[in-house]
Amino acid sequence: MTSAHRADLEAKAKRIRRHIITSTTAAGSGHPTSSMSAVEIAVALYFGGVLRYDPINPAWPQRDRFLLSKGHAAPLLYAVLAEAGYFSPDLVPTLRQIGSPLEGHPNMRRLPGVEASTGSLGQGLSIGVGMALAAKLDKSPARVYVVTGDGEIGEGQVWEAAMSASKYKLDNLVAIVDQNGYQQTGPTAEVLDLRPLVPRFEAFGWSAQEINGHDLGEVLAALKKAQQTKGRPSALIARTIKGYPIQNLLTSDPNHHGKPLTKEEADQALAQIG
Amino acid sequence: MKMGKSVREAFGLALAKLGEANPDIVVVDGDVHNSTRTEHFAKKFPERFFNVGIAESNLVGIGGGLASSGKRVWLASFAAFVMCNAYDQLRMSVAFPCLDVKVVGTHAGISIGEDGPSQMGIEDVGLACSLPNFTVVVPADEPSTHKAVEALNQMKTPAYLRAGRPNVPVLYDNGCDFKLGKAIQLRPGKDLTIIANGLMVAAALEAAGQLAAKGIDARVLDMHTVKPCDDAAIRAAAVETSRIVVAEEHLLHGGLGSVVTMSAARQHPVPMRFVGLKDTFAESGKPEELLEKYGLTAKDIVHAALELMSR
Repeated sequence: MTSAHRADLEAKAKRIRRHIITSTTAAGSGHPTSSMSAVEIAVALYFGGVLRYDPINPAWPQRDRFLLSKGHAAPLLYAVLAEAGYFSPDLVPTLRQIGSPLEGHPNMRRLPGVEASTGSLGQGLSIGVGMALAAKLDKSPARVYVVTGDGEIGEGQVWEAAMSASKYKLDNLVAIVDQNGYQQTGPTAEVLDLRPLVPRFEAFGWSAQEINGHDLGEVLAALKKAQQTKGRPSALIARTIKGYPIQNLLTSDPNHHGKPLTKEEADQALAQIG
Repeated sequence: MKMGKSVREAFGLALAKLGEANPDIVVVDGDVHNSTRTEHFAKKFPERFFNVGIAESNLVGIGGGLASSGKRVWLASFAAFVMCNAYDQLRMSVAFPCLDVKVVGTHAGISIGEDGPSQMGIEDVGLACSLPNFTVVVPADEPSTHKAVEALNQMKTPAYLRAGRPNVPVLYDNGCDFKLGKAIQLRPGKDLTIIANGLMVAAALEAAGQLAAKGIDARVLDMHTVKPCDDAAIRAAAVETSRIVVAEEHLLHGGLGSVVTMSAARQHPVPMRFVGLKDTFAESGKPEELLEKYGLTAKDIVHAALELMSR
């Protein structure tokens, strides 16, 4: 990655983080910290030359698919889709308002670019398996990327999906676990510790890599390696920080799950993001 | 009435036939294709058949993903398992995004017999009716099941098809004018109307015969589509016959009886009686023994009708 390219991507990441903070604070609800941890993952996919998509023709059959299985990070998805050109960024501040297609959790019927209606955790990977199977059946080059949370993978359905992806040798499917270390009521390590995740996915027949989920170079390199992996699906275990990079503002509650920032906190956060 | 194939076998054969002219149809199975009869499709089109193992949640989610990518999905398992185990997936991965997924629940009702309550789908119709965007169909026999499968294939929205295990009498030997959402009148009558579906349609016809011997003229409607129900036929029954008996092989709560009652209450309330499973699980036994013990026979319909007539 050239330094100019990296600077472009970092600028995108900043814009997206600003959208996340401002939209959730304006809405007075939502999951900003869950959204912030996966920013580099989404930026690498959408703007790092990985995903093949066309915002003018969102139903292009051979497009790659991005599924946000952790649907509560919807503010991230909306910011990314707006920046990618699916709709005007002017729509982003309407998050969670009645009449807005930017609902609290993604609704594929109301917004172009949303590939799955998520929000009930654990379902995205199965949907991704179905899409990857369809692509194989159609001999389409389409690839499928599913982002889950590390708390979310406590859902048994995720592992049902993992087993079936392995059975069908879905090397066009990538699962990215946004391992931010927290779930609703506390640290994932205390609620339901599934680590180490690399051997767990490997035991299910997947190729798995652990990466720093905030290092765009590492994310892109891992995605490239996944593209080159044949005969089995790939998992990226992305170590992230919930609320990154404003976690220093959240010292009284590093989880800060499902809560927007106050106006004052948001101003501080925006100043820090730059 | 001569015996025909089971509804599940008729479904399996109809689906395999549909596969010929519809290359986009794919079938997803939870390792019960020899029971649900999707094996007929699997044998003809192995490349379009996916047995994802004993994992109903994943089965339904994969169906949603395939449909999102333009495939026309049929998925089948036991009614009890696909509806009860995978309900959230049906809700979020199929109904909410309104995808082209046809869900088939076999071994529905208590007439599966010896395998007992764990295998009996007795609440599946109520659950399916509670999924927005879903059409819900309960065919009574082999010819109407073929028609139902063809009709559902014409739709691009989700649907639930209920299919029983045992062989059932052929009601439509001379063809069947099957339209989704339109009840079929199998017998005219002016004293009361018996509205039934599935296995209970044959019982309703038998009951109407017994009632005729007592001088009571019973209309019989096959209400194969529970959602959307045929409001016009229900209104006509209420207005013209003044009494309605509903018969179904399902819990009384949430099934055909509930649907018909709401329709009648809204349009033209009349006295009604209900034949169905009364807030209980059944048990193991021979199908005919169970139907007798749990009150799902022609005799039970006659009893309900006589009670209504004596009001």
